[in-house]
Amino acid sequence: MATTKLGFIVQRTPYKSENTKLALTHAISSQSVEVYLNDGDLVTADIAFVGDGVLNCLKNQKAMEKYGLTSTESHIKNCLLLDLNVMVCKEDLDKFGLSENDIVMDAEEFGADMTVKVVPFSEITKMMEDVNHLLFF
Amino acid sequence: MGKLTIGCFSSLVGSMSLDFSVKLASAAIEKGHKVDFWVSGNATMLSIKGQRAFKDYSALMKPVQELMGKGLSITACEACAEARGYHKDNTIENFKRHSMDWYLASAFDADRVFHIGGE
Repeated sequence: MATTKLGFIVQRTPYKSENTKLALTHAISSQSVEVYLNDGDLVTADIAFVGDGVLNCLKNQKAMEKYGLTSTESHIKNCLLLDLNVMVCKEDLDKFGLSENDIVMDAEEFGADMTVKVVPFSEITKMMEDVNHLLFF
Repeated sequence: MGKLTIGCFSSLVGSMSLDFSVKLASAAIEKGHKVDFWVSGNATMLSIKGQRAFKDYSALMKPVQELMGKGLSITACEACAEARGYHKDNTIENFKRHSMDWYLASAFDADRVFHIGGE
């Protein structure tokens, strides 16, 4: 039995590219990876939004209304529903004049218990040191 | 020898990241390492057969097929490919197609993961 920890670092802005969606969908796929692994083996996914990437977390996104696409906000909520660890860099939020009130923090309507954690960058660095592999999006 | 998992998300044409990734895979295989190669997003363009080699565009089908002959395991994200109209019947022979968990499963026992992001 072994666990491999992956860190997904999202640093790009939303909707300008596919990067954030791919980060979140790949992270979500950690929930079905067992089909390829031996019994008891696991892959875990931690997600951190840093730099311009914190803009992905703005709430009340209108992607479905404007583009006919599932919003990044909805993907983040799905991550919470699946109990993935989602962190947002506090310093980078501050740079944009944003606070917890401006971003998606939970997915209660999805039935999720997990919440987004707004943390100092030092805590994200700690996660990055703790994982086996880092994936930058 | 080790196992490398390379994930590339950049397009075949319009970026040199995929060229770099294939060269990296080639160098690793030449040294005797096992390489799993995952293409997702725009990089799934690499999986289409019938690519024509022009001097002005990256042409990677031939080197990829040669690497596959040397043991390269290469897989395209099925959803990313289908979203772009790249279907199974138009995929290079032995170029696999799976869901995203294949990449994470490959990373599970990789000694190194080289994640080369998209545009």
